[in-house]
Formats: sequence, C-alpha cells, structure tokens
Amino acid sequence: MTRELTRPLPWNWWLKKAVYFQFMMRELTSLAVFAYALLIIWALLSAADAGSFSTFYTFLSSSLSVWLHLVILVLSLYHTGTWIALTPKVMVLWRGDERVDPGVIAGANSILFLMISGAVIWLVLM
Amino acid sequence: MSDRTVLDVYRYLPDNESEPTFQSYELDYQDNWVVLDALNHIKAEIDSTLSFRWSCRMGVCGSCGMMVNGEPKLTCETFIRDYDTQTITIEPLSHFPVIRDLVINMDDFMEKLPRVSPWLIPDEDKPLEDGEYLQTPAQVAHYKRFSMCINCMLCYSACPVYGLDPSFTGPAVLALAARYNLDSRDDGMKERAAEVSAHEGIWECTYVGECTQVCPKDVDPAGAIQMLKLSYALDWARSVVMPRSSGS
Repeated sequence: MTRELTRPLPWNWWLKKAVYFQFMMRELTSLAVFAYALLIIWALLSAADAGSFSTFYTFLSSSLSVWLHLVILVLSLYHTGTWIALTPKVMVLWRGDERVDPGVIAGANSILFLMISGAVIWLVLM
Repeated sequence: MSDRTVLDVYRYLPDNESEPTFQSYELDYQDNWVVLDALNHIKAEIDSTLSFRWSCRMGVCGSCGMMVNGEPKLTCETFIRDYDTQTITIEPLSHFPVIRDLVINMDDFMEKLPRVSPWLIPDEDKPLEDGEYLQTPAQVAHYKRFSMCINCMLCYSACPVYGLDPSFTGPAVLALAARYNLDSRDDGMKERAAEVSAHEGIWECTYVGECTQVCPKDVDPAGAIQMLKLSYALDWARSVVMPRSSGS
C-alpha cells in the first residue's frame, strides 16, 4: 500500500499570507468589543451603589481609561468595517432580474452605521 | 520566442524516500506556455518519473490544480510569462494528503460531495406528461454562479479552516448545497440541513474569504456559505416562533 504524506498546517500559518493575517486581526479585534462590553457591565453593576459608581467614575477619568477607550475605538471601528464589508455576501438583493450591486449594499450599511452613530453621539452630548 | 526559467518541483516518491524534496528543472519556454505545458515538457523530455494530474488543458475538468508559488492555481490557466521570479515553485494542493509528487488524495472531498444531496429534491415529482420544470431567467440567475464549480478543490487549499480541521465540509461542497437550495425547482433545504447546518458544515466557516479569491470560475463559495448561514438561521427562528407552520 502507498504511504501517503500528510502535511499539517504550521502554527504560524496566519503569518504566511496578508489575507490570513488580516483575518486573524479581524478575529482578534472582537476582543476589543468584548472588553468594552465588560466595561458597560461594570457601569451597570456599579450604578446601583453610589460608592461603586464613584470608583467607576474615577477610573473613567484616568488617563489609562482614556487610552483604553481610544484603542478600543480604533479596533472596534476596524471590526465594524469588516462586518459592513461582509453584508453584501449575506444580503443578496435583486432588482427584477439584476442583482443589486454589492457596493450599494455595503455603502447603504456604512451610511446607516454613520447615521446611527451620529444620532447616539448627539444624544450623549446633548 | 523562447525564454528560460527554473521550475522548483515538489517530489515525493514514497517507495524511495520518507520525506519530500524539491527538484529543480531548468528549461526553455515559449511565451504562450502555461505551467502545465512546462510540466508536460519535463515529463516528456527531462524526467519521466514526475507524476501529476491533468486532463482537459482548458480550465474545465479541474484536474490540474497545484500550488504555484504558494497560491492554489489551475496550472492550465497559469502562464509562466506572468511570473517575474527566476524560479517558480510547484507543489501539490495544500491540506490534502500527497500520494506521489504533485498527486493528492481527493477521497475526503469525493466522500463529502454527495452528503449534501446535490440534486433536485422537489416536494412532489411531476408525471412525465406534465413536461419540464420550467424556470425564468431571473430564477436561474439566483443560483447560476454557484453552479459553475468544476470541483478543482483550489478553495479547499486556500481555506485554513479546512487545513486545521479536515472534518469541515468545505467551501465547494457547501456552495453546491447553496446552488440547489436557491433553485426554484428544489424543496430540499430541510433535507440538507443535517449536513449543511451542522457544526462541521456552515457554522465551522469563520469567513476567511480566500476560497472566493482563488476560485477560477468566480463561484464565490464564501458568499454561498454566508447566505446559507442566514437562511438556516431564519429557518431555525421560524421553527421557534411558528413551530406549526415550519413543519419541523
């Protein structure tokens, strides 16, 4: 019987191609979204008690918190961009016999994202 | 006009060696030569022991898929003149076991292919006297792209998910399932669910997207899988909200 050769993927397979690296970065940026979710949970849990909320508020005012928010913002925007780029793959729309251009779907989702983000920022700053 | 190039070819001769090696072949090539022409030249003129698969030489049969400078390619469509490098590296398709030289074992793919019932499954068979199952051009357009697959397996070689976990059903087979699910003559979506909507099916895909990039027929398996995820998720939601109407 012929001896077949199996070739397992090396551990650094994601460093061998730009596309694979970008994929891994997309997956890793989800940790930033998770980190911000933890921050929101902390805020909600501390809201019931003035002392806890004061601790949370002090943390928010720290330079560490500002840097953390900036990093999370950049990573979350990248993560959001990858999801918006994916939308034409999932939302396949047809106008009669013609498929709606994927760029139109991604563009519409981008505009919707900017409008909702703008509305939220306006509400917070009001 | 001819030019000179070097093909660095992956060799694995299991009867003689336990480890693969690379063998360099220096040759003159014509401007209109594809990589497959060079391999056939080597086999005919330089080294008859070299093994590889090919058949149609026109991008239809899907037999001659190999890694060319690390990218999965149909070698019958890959022109040598398009490579600036002095040496072109030829390897067997990634993620598949190697039988000999550039020949891979495709049993895993062939075993998975029929699992998704890639044929029309109508709710009721029409009697012959009722004629054909007619479709409008718009209905054909919904699935046509996914029907162009030639089973060349380049998408499997590009997919690190399949490389890490060979139990993954994989891009081409799932695209074929989408092709039939989207066909207006077909009612087999639920019948295919056990294979397609399994953990090893669509839910194993993490959307690297490279399968679509390397497809020589623009099938877009990555898009097909994301569409399947949405349709099976909606089907599941319907079965929870309206258990009677979903029939499951």
